[in-house]
Amino acid sequence: MELTDREWWGLIHGLVLGSLFLLAFAGGLAELHALRPSVETTTGLRQSARRIGVGVTSMAVVAWLTVFTGTWVVYPWYREPAETSPRSTLLGSENTELWHTFGMEWKEHVAWLSPILATVVAFLVLYYGASLATNNRLRRIAIALFIAAFSFAGIAGLFGALITKVAPVQ
Amino acid sequence: MTTTPLSPGEQVPDQPGTSADRTATPARQTDEGPAAAALLAAGVGAFTLGLLTTLAEASTPIKDALVITEEVGPLSGKTTYAVVVWLIAWVVLHVAARRRLRLSSAVLTVSLVLLGLGVLGTFPIFFELFAAE
Repeated sequence: MELTDREWWGLIHGLVLGSLFLLAFAGGLAELHALRPSVETTTGLRQSARRIGVGVTSMAVVAWLTVFTGTWVVYPWYREPAETSPRSTLLGSENTELWHTFGMEWKEHVAWLSPILATVVAFLVLYYGASLATNNRLRRIAIALFIAAFSFAGIAGLFGALITKVAPVQ
Repeated sequence: MTTTPLSPGEQVPDQPGTSADRTATPARQTDEGPAAAALLAAGVGAFTLGLLTTLAEASTPIKDALVITEEVGPLSGKTTYAVVVWLIAWVVLHVAARRRLRLSSAVLTVSLVLLGLGVLGTFPIFFELFAAE
């Protein structure tokens, strides 16, 4: 039972970094939602804001690492001109070409919106801190951006997993 | 545990006694300008990514010009330039307009439209409509 270097990188990109981002989302969303004066004490709000700040900043960093490893490490192997590369394999059959022409083509672009939006959320939480609790509109905007960042990562992650199942990078 | 509610618009006040309460909330944190600048810049970045993706599909010279490294192909340029444009837009808006900008409906609408156009531009069924012959 052995993994090649390429399979390790695929694992780091998709399973470790990608999953970490997607899994951490639920916790971050719940914390952002609860960042309200009617839910927490003043002291609690400050502590929550700090905790959320650390959480969303970590998520933004993970999102950047995910797209960097995906685009600059794994993607070149995916699109190699060799007949055995995943891209060539998918395009070699009418039954599988849509995985590339739609799935991969969308995934490789839309994924980059996730770290951009996650960074904006991290900025909002770090800059405004506990005062987000008294600015409902700003807090809701942060939640909406957070959900959007998750959705784009989810689209990319889903297509990544499915494409890897059909034509893995080896 | 007792709850001390904050009235709308109130800063989180200092409460002596715990280390968590010793950091005062600066006045700048009520200003929505930096948030508006960040939001607009994200829209600009997303729009740039969508625009470059569609332009690369429509024009072979543009597609070739976006190749920073052969291994990654045009995706290297699309994503790198989109991130650079996003960061420049953010810095410029933050420095130049954060005191004038507000989280108005207009700012939210423009940001949302730019983000929507960005997503549309990365959608294969859309950008393939412009595919070069």
